[in-house]
Amino acid sequence: MRWTSRLIAGDRPGHPVATALVLALLIGLAFAPFLFPGTKSMAAASRICIVIVLAASYDILLGYTGIVSFAHTMFFAIGAYAVAVPLARGVEGWTAIIGGMFGGAVIAAVLAALIALLSLRVRRIFFSMITLAVASLAQIVAAQWRDVTGGEDGLTFALPAALGPAFRLLPEPFLGVRFDGRLITYYLIFAVCLALFWLMLRIVNSPFGRVLMAIRENEFRAEALGYRIVIYRTIASAQAAAIAAVAGGLMAVLLRYNGPQSTLSFEIMVDILLMVVIGGMGTLYGPALGATVIVLAQYYLRPGLQALSEATAALPLLPQLFHPDRWLLWLGVLFILIVYFLPAGIVGTLRRRRA
Amino acid sequence: MPPALETRGLTIRFGGQVAVDQVSCAFHPGTLTAIVGPNGAGKTTYFNLISGQLRPSAGSVHLRGQDVSRLGAPMRARLGMGRAFQLTNLFPDLSVLENVRLAVQAQSGVFLRFLSLAADRTDLTDRAMAALRRVRLDDRAATPAAVLSHGDQRKLEVAILLALEPDIFMFDEPTAGMSVDEVPVILDLIESIKAEGGKTILLVEHKMDVVRRLADRVIVLHNGALVADGDPAEVVASPIVQEAYLGVRPNA
Repeated sequence: MRWTSRLIAGDRPGHPVATALVLALLIGLAFAPFLFPGTKSMAAASRICIVIVLAASYDILLGYTGIVSFAHTMFFAIGAYAVAVPLARGVEGWTAIIGGMFGGAVIAAVLAALIALLSLRVRRIFFSMITLAVASLAQIVAAQWRDVTGGEDGLTFALPAALGPAFRLLPEPFLGVRFDGRLITYYLIFAVCLALFWLMLRIVNSPFGRVLMAIRENEFRAEALGYRIVIYRTIASAQAAAIAAVAGGLMAVLLRYNGPQSTLSFEIMVDILLMVVIGGMGTLYGPALGATVIVLAQYYLRPGLQALSEATAALPLLPQLFHPDRWLLWLGVLFILIVYFLPAGIVGTLRRRRA
Repeated sequence: MPPALETRGLTIRFGGQVAVDQVSCAFHPGTLTAIVGPNGAGKTTYFNLISGQLRPSAGSVHLRGQDVSRLGAPMRARLGMGRAFQLTNLFPDLSVLENVRLAVQAQSGVFLRFLSLAADRTDLTDRAMAALRRVRLDDRAATPAAVLSHGDQRKLEVAILLALEPDIFMFDEPTAGMSVDEVPVILDLIESIKAEGGKTILLVEHKMDVVRRLADRVIVLHNGALVADGDPAEVVASPIVQEAYLGVRPNA
């Protein structure tokens, strides 16, 4: 295998267009502070990095193993609270961040393994129902256990000085970019997310990953070959949960806040599902593109519509149709178009066309 | 030496229906046993009980003298029971090669490797290709299994079984639905497995010419019960088989 191919675990996007999109995304994120300076675009880029990891980790379950879980945001939130709670209680910054991410990942993995062991023996639809119940329970716990979680208000906290806007790495701006704590925060998030994505590429292209696909395709046959599918599903659930938890820890660092709305809400779960489906289940690159599309829509669809509405102000009906308050409607139209024209998702459909 | 495989009083009931009724039978290495009987006689259910897809209501399954009744299908497969299914049972979206490679991977005991690359295990790929060559499917290695013709899917099913390198081969109507010119490939293959010696082969088969050609021994299931056991020529000619297949008692 060539080293370039080895770097991505031998897993190519599988179509020139998909490759171009993935490369553009990688370069865009790697140089985001220089290409898209500004607070809002930096926030969007950071969120894209984190949500790519979250969606890709969900793809290990949904796309590779065929597990439909609605509890994935719970693990995301566990990681976020594991960082937020110690920070809010005054634990030293880096200890809280690093310890919280590790601790959160371990707690999430153990909890996911328990849920999987207890309930993956039941039929798939019942497993999904159980995860839904557990996710609701987690929301109640987060809202009611105020002493620890801060309830609905959540927790705000300060980060280490090196991650703050006042910290200067260089005294003067370079290439028009201030080398401050926010830049360090961004590259910290970017580096961790890149490492996690690479880890997931390795997992799905390992012998273990092949068995996950076999389970998705035909669990009965996988068992007849000698694979104990409950063990595989349990380990896959634990891995996905641990990775989601680290992403959650990064989200807390990015927002300097954590609450039910930022990491635990059911809307985020629906977003993750959409990202994976739009990008293409079982492709890992697809969910990365899907996550990018959705975060960009969340950030820029409203202002885009605002501009469109103003540009068409002289025409009848159109300004009302493009009113920024209608952004959810247009997001819905976008989803329907993507699902209609790309039934296997962006990367999935491109790969099929190639084959 | 204990038999390679033995069932003792093996029984399963579905509701009030007895699908397999107290079947006691021993299978020895180096012997190909054909299991015949009319549709609904319980042949496939008997296979499912042996390979662990179903748990018996009563009775037990012994592998080389060891009671494996409490083990699930995966552990029985690891102990050397290989099963090819009657209804084609593949990984449809995976390539032909990947279907076989997964069997080789299980056979090699490569179970929980998370970070090594599957593509680096060229030893597994080579063995998978060797199994595909034996069923003459090596030229279709990159094709998704779902796209194969019915006959090729049957061949793939057999290649997966070969790749498992089991001690006990269980074929469930391996040539069902195959075109006439494809059948010899499979029959020659079963003969070559037999010729290796030391393997215990069970074959569910409807076609009497196939049974006569391959079997060393024939057992007959009828309404779930073992009703005849012996030399192929004798059993096939016996009144009970004639009745079971033709539904009438031949004139004495």
